[in-house]
Amino acid sequence: MTERDTSLFDRVMALKAAGDFAAISALIPYSSFVGFELLSEDDQLITILRCRPSNIGNTTIPAVHGGVVGALLEHAGVMHIIHDCEITRFPKIINISVDYLRPCLGTQDTYARAYLVKQGRSVSNVRVEAWQSDPLRPVAAAHAHFLMR
Amino acid sequence: MSGDGTGYPLESIRAIVQKLPHFEALGLKALELNRGNCLFRVEYSPELVGNLESGVVHGGVITTLLDSAGGTAAFSVVPDGASVATLDLRIDYLKQAEPGRAILGYAECYRQTRHIVFVRGHACHDTADDPIAHFVASFMVGSVGFSPSDRA
Repeated sequence: MTERDTSLFDRVMALKAAGDFAAISALIPYSSFVGFELLSEDDQLITILRCRPSNIGNTTIPAVHGGVVGALLEHAGVMHIIHDCEITRFPKIINISVDYLRPCLGTQDTYARAYLVKQGRSVSNVRVEAWQSDPLRPVAAAHAHFLMR
Repeated sequence: MSGDGTGYPLESIRAIVQKLPHFEALGLKALELNRGNCLFRVEYSPELVGNLESGVVHGGVITTLLDSAGGTAAFSVVPDGASVATLDLRIDYLKQAEPGRAILGYAECYRQTRHIVFVRGHACHDTADDPIAHFVASFMVGSVGFSPSDRA
């Protein structure tokens, strides 16, 4: 890692200590490209994908592009690990499996919450669910592995 | 694979998918489109970065590139009038994409039934033998939903 990279990680750790996860997410350019926002609720993180016409991948329903839904689930997973785990570097995605359960409507915001299934020394396993109007009716679910070191 | 003239015309698939809002936002281009497979490209852009430390694009860009290629490949084999929706997908990240470089996404249908199209593919900078990501997905074939014949 270079000097600059180290300071970025330190910056993220300082934001984490301050509980400002929205600011951590906002450091990532792709977040604003698709419209990710973060909410902290009862010490739980909720990642939001704002409804934007440019995220539509299916104009008939209209529905959010499946890739953007996948991106939301991945992002929620990363942010959850930063939130819940003692990290020494940024978690790196190893793989992700996404199940598409219901149409993700392009006219509504989408929410995602992650759960840490297992934190290993080198690999963490997370599950993530995304929903729109009702958390009990998920639009998509994922499980993913992240490299921790 | 269909290829018997009852599928969607390839040129209309290409024209319609490239105009979908998120395809346009990401600048996805269909470089090749055949019955049963296709190749897409996404150009590097600083706004797609997911890791500021390394300048590497967000995994979501790869997911979107490959889901797009997979869906388009699935459209190329279903009967005219049918819709296609992603049922599930899995992506393995084999090596980091290089900052500043375009990424290719290839998908091919390896099995097709009346209801499901099975697709596999990869993302790479240059050639398939040096992949960034491996991809496998299944698509549901339906009668409602999005199809390339919807000319809104």
